[in-house]
Amino acid sequence: MTRHYSALSLFKEGLRGQKGWQKAWRSPAPKPRYDILIIGGGGHGLATAYYLAKVHNIRNIAVIEKGWLGGGNTGRNTTVVRSNYFFPESTELYDLALRLYETLGREINYNIMLSQRGIMTLAHSEADMEMAARTVNAMQINGTDAELFGIEDVRRVLPLLNVSPQARYPVFGGVWQGRAGTARHDAVAWGYARAADRLGVDIIQTCEVEEFLIEGGRCRGVKTSLGEIRAERTGMVVAGHSSHLAAKAGFRLPITSYALQACVSEPIKPVLDTVVLSPGTGVYASQSDKGELVVGGALDRVPSYGQRGNLPVLEDVVTGLLEMFPSFRQLRLMRQWAGIVDVTPDSSPILGESPLPGLFLNCGWGTGGFKAIPAGGTLLAHLLATGKHHDVSRPFDLDRFSRGRLIDEAAGSGIAH
Amino acid sequence: MQLFPCPFCGPRSESEFHFGGDAGNHRPEGFRDVTDSEWTAYLYERNNPRGAANEIWMHMACGEVFRMERDTVDHRVAQSFVLGEGGDNGGMA
Ligand SMILES: Cc1cc2nc3c(=O)[nH]c(=O)nc-3n(C[C@H](O)[C@H](O)[C@H](O)COP(=O)(O)OP(=O)(O)OC[C@H]3O[C@@H](n4cnc5c(N)ncnc54)[C@H](O)[C@@H]3O)c2cc1C
Ligand SMILES: [Zn+2]
Repeated sequence: MTRHYSALSLFKEGLRGQKGWQKAWRSPAPKPRYDILIIGGGGHGLATAYYLAKVHNIRNIAVIEKGWLGGGNTGRNTTVVRSNYFFPESTELYDLALRLYETLGREINYNIMLSQRGIMTLAHSEADMEMAARTVNAMQINGTDAELFGIEDVRRVLPLLNVSPQARYPVFGGVWQGRAGTARHDAVAWGYARAADRLGVDIIQTCEVEEFLIEGGRCRGVKTSLGEIRAERTGMVVAGHSSHLAAKAGFRLPITSYALQACVSEPIKPVLDTVVLSPGTGVYASQSDKGELVVGGALDRVPSYGQRGNLPVLEDVVTGLLEMFPSFRQLRLMRQWAGIVDVTPDSSPILGESPLPGLFLNCGWGTGGFKAIPAGGTLLAHLLATGKHHDVSRPFDLDRFSRGRLIDEAAGSGIAH
Repeated sequence: MQLFPCPFCGPRSESEFHFGGDAGNHRPEGFRDVTDSEWTAYLYERNNPRGAANEIWMHMACGEVFRMERDTVDHRVAQSFVLGEGGDNGGMA
């Protein structure tokens, strides 16, 4: 059986008709008891399991997923990775993730197709340019890469962008982060799953957590569609479904669930080799390796668990894209979809122990948690293994809402949603 | 495009409406006596139910605020109410 992925093993398997590949992960039946349980087989849950096994040497772990791996937001996102945030706490977090992404493919022997093609966040007025300069300064002081681009630089990296002074949102320049880019979403989920499985983690799909086992005021495990599973510590990593499970554990969260949509065009030859975001139109786009334009925009403004997306936002996204790139007018859209994202009041995630002792949270990533998967996994693993915060996760504890110490990235970095 | 029923204007496009939070989220009375956790619950914690929801909405065309019962999974609207009618004052003291 071939386990290791390399050009040589691909060649050897080619000679044998590709019949000798080992399954990427097992599909074991759940055991009655684990040291640590993780609810949710998205990127953050799988990464948590991997780092628990790898860094903390805890191997008696299970990941429980109600559907299939990556079938939540991880497999539905537009794959942008970046760390262009405003506050030092955020840069610590998102740049940790980006640095881990830079070496992840080699570490887990899985090609996550990280492509650091840069992201251009446009500025549409003189005032926007001043804010862009402020963002660039903040990012540089916080220790990550950022450049202030003028109109000539924008023209150079985005030759098809409508930069006419007559445009609805004229372009003055913007913030460039060269280390940002895209990565393959499924590969991140599958790569972590395969690496965790190899270290002994049980990955259990089509198993839904229905209730918590609460004894003596502590979380002692969960009741699932496949029966009870006990554990000393449980991590809840279910994105848009966090409030639903929190209610079963007896507390509420500062989260509202919304549908976030994206769409792709038919595949075309290479026309766009960076990621571009226009705060004016609220639209961002990149081109996939298959040639499809991957396009996203704002949230649907209706709280929702319906994984579909509504028409008004899709119309806004498409008209915004055509405003930015008139030459895309003749393209056909191939697919549209939505994921249910977990939005917090300050657009920052929640990491830490929940009000129910023994149950730990990794949620609230909202519209932007794909980029954070390696860090979210590292930090929740630290919490689950030690019971204590890592320095990087401390500011993101749920207690920031009662302490009034919000990390307001919606205002700080002007993120689109 | 979904139509939401404004109790004053009738069915109108969803894009004319603004979500206003959970019905029944009353502002704590008592100023200094209100604890941090009470303020946190009022300001930040949300019901965010999967399924039947009871919410405050504003119809931005007429500017009126009202209560709406709907389902967050299939988006079916059960009914909308003028505040103070329908057995709940919708959080407006
Ligand atoms: C359209 C769209 C575009 C996006 N674009 C970007 C982007 O470009 N860049 C970026 O950084 N982020 C982006 N995001 C956000 C990003 O996708 C998420 O923040 C991230 O994937 C969250 O990962 P997760 O592992 O926490 O959640 P998920 O991947 O959603 O995983 C949670 C899992 O929990 C499972 N689950 C839920 N309830 C239960 C239960 N009761 N029992 C068992 N399992 C359960 C779900 O089935 C799911 O698989 C986007 C999101 C969407 C929807
Ligand atoms: Zn009205």
